[in-house]
Amino acid sequence: MTSADTITLNTDNSQDDQQPREPGVDAPKPTVSIRPPKRWQAIDFKELWDFRDLLTAFALRDVKLRYKQTLLGAAWVVIQPLMGAGIFTFVFGVMAQLPTAGLPPFLVSFAGMFAWTAFSQTLSKTSGCMVANQNMVQKVYFPRMILPLAQVYSVLVDLAVSLLLVAVLLAIYQINPGWPILLLPVWMLALFMLALGFGMWTGALMVEYRDVRYVLPVVIQFAMYASPVGYMLIAVNEKVPDWAAQLYMLNPLASLIEGCRWSMLGVGELHTGYLIYSLSLSVGVFILGAYVFRGMERKFADVI
Amino acid sequence: MIKPLHTSSANDTAIRVRGLSKAYTIQKGGLEKQSTLAESALARLKNPLRRARTETFHALKDIDLDIKKGEVVGIIGRNGAGKSTLLKVLSRITYPTTGEIDLFGRVGSLLEVGTGFHPELTGRENIYLNGAILGMARSEIKTQFDAIVDFAGVEKFLDTPVKRYSSGMYVRLAFAVAAHLRTEILIVDEVLAVGDQEFQKKCLGKMQDISNKDGRAILFVSHNMAIINNLCNRAVLLNHGKVNYIGSIHEATEKYLLERNVTHAKHDKTQQISDLTLLSKNIATNNVLVGESLQARIGLNLGIEAKNIEIGIIFKDQFGDRIAAIQSRYNSGLVIHSSSISLVSCDMPKIMLVPGVYDLEVVLGDGVTVIERRDFLQYIEVVGADIFGTGFIPSRQQGKVIMKAEWSCNL
Repeated sequence: MTSADTITLNTDNSQDDQQPREPGVDAPKPTVSIRPPKRWQAIDFKELWDFRDLLTAFALRDVKLRYKQTLLGAAWVVIQPLMGAGIFTFVFGVMAQLPTAGLPPFLVSFAGMFAWTAFSQTLSKTSGCMVANQNMVQKVYFPRMILPLAQVYSVLVDLAVSLLLVAVLLAIYQINPGWPILLLPVWMLALFMLALGFGMWTGALMVEYRDVRYVLPVVIQFAMYASPVGYMLIAVNEKVPDWAAQLYMLNPLASLIEGCRWSMLGVGELHTGYLIYSLSLSVGVFILGAYVFRGMERKFADVI
Repeated sequence: MIKPLHTSSANDTAIRVRGLSKAYTIQKGGLEKQSTLAESALARLKNPLRRARTETFHALKDIDLDIKKGEVVGIIGRNGAGKSTLLKVLSRITYPTTGEIDLFGRVGSLLEVGTGFHPELTGRENIYLNGAILGMARSEIKTQFDAIVDFAGVEKFLDTPVKRYSSGMYVRLAFAVAAHLRTEILIVDEVLAVGDQEFQKKCLGKMQDISNKDGRAILFVSHNMAIINNLCNRAVLLNHGKVNYIGSIHEATEKYLLERNVTHAKHDKTQQISDLTLLSKNIATNNVLVGESLQARIGLNLGIEAKNIEIGIIFKDQFGDRIAAIQSRYNSGLVIHSSSISLVSCDMPKIMLVPGVYDLEVVLGDGVTVIERRDFLQYIEVVGADIFGTGFIPSRQQGKVIMKAEWSCNL
């Protein structure tokens, strides 16, 4: 009985100033006060924490469901990134022969895929989760933000497996990334924030306009080729004119994905200015996305 | 305005609602709200200056309500009276437009049986998932797990995906989880309509237990007056989003049944169907025994060019499901060609419906289209009787219609 004992919808104290219509009654404090929502809602971290069991339950459900009724089951977690990296190795390494700064092309692609998958999976899942769970949204209350957050959980499970694979590959190729590996969580966190921010924003939009569902995959695909996933930044700097390379770096993913690769393989072309730009943009997008989501949340059940 | 029966005092209030309204914006002119960006942009391009013409529809209007701990309150009203919206606002699925709601205690809402149940997951997994969705902590579900499984009676199939469950088992399991929800306030929509009679009783018993023992407040929507009668201490009658009456079940039920008739009283000049009277043994009534005859008299006020007019009566049960339809041309070849005809009678020699309340809708057509349709024009309550002469009185358990049958055996 501990989890939701003290849910309050409005943490705003100004509500308490409005006297109830029967003065003189020494009323106890309500557990939940429901008031017409304001345009901008604060993010209620306490409530999210109270519902953490639901977050786990949703995440567990997704992980369990993913490979039900598949022949290879959880093996797909391993096979999928290997296949993706294989294709990129063929296209960018074998056919295009892009420079890899002495690294094996397969490893370059795999590290890029690792970072990219974290971003793209989180984005596409969070943007679709409101519509995918619309029945629940209409029938039961929980902080709506639990849904996009739970998606991150299930992406993390896949990533953990991929990370083991990275360790195995590093051992096979006898590469030691050194201290940069310590910064990997920073880039990953930024990628997740960026993906969640965009995901919550597009997810809230999708509740009203299903067009988003058709536009987003195209945008994601475009973003993949416009980011150093199958190739390294060194290839961009070598092959394209300077002004285009600078334009390229405006893509916040460019620095973050290269950063991930640098952390895992110890090689990469990082630029502090662009890194700071990407990191702060990630935080900004996340905060903005969360507020847009909260603002539109009140309409979800009516519109979905 | 009718005052709430109990004004809130000190500590025993569970739910306090003040001035609650919920408005929906609907596009004028019957146009759907644009749901693609293109349509939305197009509409904007067409009328760059004018804002979309919208209309406000109040699903709930200025509701005041006080519910005490330990009370079981039934909410009744016609379809569209605002019952479901009220439950949705109270369970925070949708937000109020104006007003204040204070809830003293945790709220559990059951607007549907088995929300979030996933067919691919096993019974065990679904118990945990559904419990979490209903707001239970994992530890809470763990301690109740055995009780839930026991209540549902699905021990053997705990590790089978629920898609392989029979529909009965599925409903039982879903209900069992909900029945073990330990919130101080429970909000229940018309969910008891599913499941077999036996299990319904078990659930009702459990709910009654809960309110008596733990002093929980239960808010309950049902069309089934019998359940409301059995379970609730008080009833709230909603009509067009407003509280029409709060108080005793008996009075609320009566007002509710009367209310179904109000359209009957409102006589509009443009309406061609003016009224419907029901007679049993030549006495106007709204009650008839099973197997007895019933006469319907439909008053007409036909327009000048009345031609090919045929009349139908539709019987609908408490859930709005169409149970039977009779029609003048199909039944007796009666088609009206004169506007001077002002009364049509229909004799139904034997009413073979299971006991219950049925709403009657009268439809006027010209063989091609429906000219007029009047819903809730009358209701008829069919009362159980020993029609087979065997001492058996049919009830709703028999299904929807009653069939006569001759049974025999060899030797």
